[in-house]
Amino acid sequence: MAEQDWMSEVRAMVGREYGRVCAWDEVNAPMIRQWCEMMGVDNPLYTDAAYAASTEYGAIVSPPAMLQAWCLEGLHPNNYPPGSTTENPYEVLRLLESHGFKSVVAVNSDLSFERYVKVGERLYYTTRLDAVGEEKTTALGTGFFVTLIMSFFSEKPTGDEKVGELLFRVFKFRPANVQAAEAPKVEMVQKIKRPKPGVSDDTRFFWDGVAAGKLLIQRCKSCGTLRHPPGPVCVKCHSFEWDTVEASGAGSIHSFVVMHYPEVPPFDHPNPVGLIELDEGVRLVAGLVGAKRNEIAIGQRVQVEFQSFDDGELTLPLFRPVAP
Amino acid sequence: MTHQTLSGRAAIVGLGATEFSKNSGRTELRLAMEATLAALKDAGIDPSEVEGFSSYTMDKVPEYEIARLLGCNNVKFFSQIPHGGGAACAPVMHAAMAVATGVAKVVVVFRAMNERSWYRFGTGTYGFGSTPIFENVNYGWYMPHGLHTPAAWVGMFAQRYMHTYGATSEDFGRVAVAVRDFAATNPAAFFYGKPITLADHQASRWIAEPLHLLDCCQESDGAVAMVITSAERARDLRQKPVIIKAGAQGISGGQQSMTSFYREDITGLPEMGVVAKELYAQSGLGPDAFQTAVIYDHFTPFVLPQLEEFGFAKRGEAKDFIRAGHHARGGKLPINTHGGQLGEAYIHGMNGVAEAVRQVRGTAANQVADVENVLVTAGTGVPTSGLILGTA
Repeated sequence: MAEQDWMSEVRAMVGREYGRVCAWDEVNAPMIRQWCEMMGVDNPLYTDAAYAASTEYGAIVSPPAMLQAWCLEGLHPNNYPPGSTTENPYEVLRLLESHGFKSVVAVNSDLSFERYVKVGERLYYTTRLDAVGEEKTTALGTGFFVTLIMSFFSEKPTGDEKVGELLFRVFKFRPANVQAAEAPKVEMVQKIKRPKPGVSDDTRFFWDGVAAGKLLIQRCKSCGTLRHPPGPVCVKCHSFEWDTVEASGAGSIHSFVVMHYPEVPPFDHPNPVGLIELDEGVRLVAGLVGAKRNEIAIGQRVQVEFQSFDDGELTLPLFRPVAP
Repeated sequence: MTHQTLSGRAAIVGLGATEFSKNSGRTELRLAMEATLAALKDAGIDPSEVEGFSSYTMDKVPEYEIARLLGCNNVKFFSQIPHGGGAACAPVMHAAMAVATGVAKVVVVFRAMNERSWYRFGTGTYGFGSTPIFENVNYGWYMPHGLHTPAAWVGMFAQRYMHTYGATSEDFGRVAVAVRDFAATNPAAFFYGKPITLADHQASRWIAEPLHLLDCCQESDGAVAMVITSAERARDLRQKPVIIKAGAQGISGGQQSMTSFYREDITGLPEMGVVAKELYAQSGLGPDAFQTAVIYDHFTPFVLPQLEEFGFAKRGEAKDFIRAGHHARGGKLPINTHGGQLGEAYIHGMNGVAEAVRQVRGTAANQVADVENVLVTAGTGVPTSGLILGTA
């Protein structure tokens, strides 16, 4: 892949807004008191109700620096309250990781405030990917400064009110040397996904069909020849006109391999893969599922089924042995 | 224009190579320069005389950098051949065509790679992307299912071949045992002094059924280079001329790169059939003309249909040829006498061309008697190529 291809994918993400992350609890005195104890903050405005009542605020308020704490997930990672977005505001970091910029260091965490937040208010925040800088080389290594802006709101019946903002900037980089790789870093766990197919105008119908649970075969409109893999033109009559027919999904194993090594995630090994001859007369390559070892054999009858991977990002036709 | 033929017009007059290893410890460019300078010295030709280059598209060393480091001022021909090991013989063919037509008088062909220490072809983690260029779309039929290594693609053909003709894993093993026997007595081979038995082959772990580990060639660092000039000039140079009697490339019906699974019959290698027919037509030779051959052996199963495409055995009968030991030391057509890519090194087949040069010169570690003609083939399963080299 040329670098500009994936960088343009990164650039296209800039400006993207990610949905709200809610708070487990409304702003409350016990959490404020515990936070102040841990942080060594002894301002009575935050903990002494009688004192707070005598001030211009009239009641206990939350320390401004505690803003981020209200919407954290808690002890368990990614355990956000109901109503929170399932989008990942850090997806751009994952993309950079997949291109070798595996290390990360936080460089800015700048809070700004509109006003104090009072006990009883319920907060949420939204995130915007603000910027991805040009490639820079620092003492740590070569990479990109990525800036995210989280805007915090208080829920109000009359319209939610912005109470503060957090500018969070990281440097996502390829370490200059091994020592640098051991610099402070945030662990980003990336689930390895199945490789996705390249899809072109000549082949999109197939993948759209699979996503809809249909196994479609390209058919020449001029001479009726079926063909797979698909192409723009008929190899028999050179007509560019084509449509599709839905295959029965029944076929037999024309050949096969059983993959053992290297064990490449996310695939299970051994991984049997068949060259399937469909009853309509064309062949395609597909994984075999639910097959006992003695059923992985040339001539074995099989039937298509569709399986979804990676939270629906990819659907594949797979084949299961059936009785003749 | 009068009828012209390629046969006999050009010769390989210089041969150079580095050592073969798992970690060369130096750049590919340096490997290429070491092999190229050795080949020119072997030929007795000054670097300034080089007028052309040919290599593989997969070679990361650009010919212009070699030209710059050699001090060439008059380079008039350069080409690169695609499809990995399928290129192996084609740079020599292109060089011969350039020499035969007078486009370039002296051409260097080379292949330099740190394939083992810098990158590996068999990791199954190719970076195919989502842009709709053909290669991404094409490999999109295989990668999502995890059919993602050269061994796996070859295995799909091998399984069907075994089913159709009754060849067995032991037959593939007999190929490996014979070439490792040659490697064991070739000091330049990585597996020098390390022969294997058929039992070793059968006991080696699965890579992609039906392929065992010992059906798969090793991965290597190293470089090979050759110098090609006219047959006429070759007569006056210091080495015994190795005449290029034929050279051809091949693509046939239903051709894909490693995945020609959609042909009516997937037990043959019709693109190698195209090469065979053309090599025989150019040279006027046939299967009986060879004392030895270098048959591309990245994976053992494809050795069998190659023997069939060239007429050494009838369709489906290569297993019998191999069971009789005709391919082994002392057989009627010993193949891969350097130890092949299974035993000597995997330099994308260029080291096989080098072995053919040595056999014609009479300088091979496992020299076959009275060599007049040697067949060399290139990578299989892909668009491919072949050569016939021989004595004047």
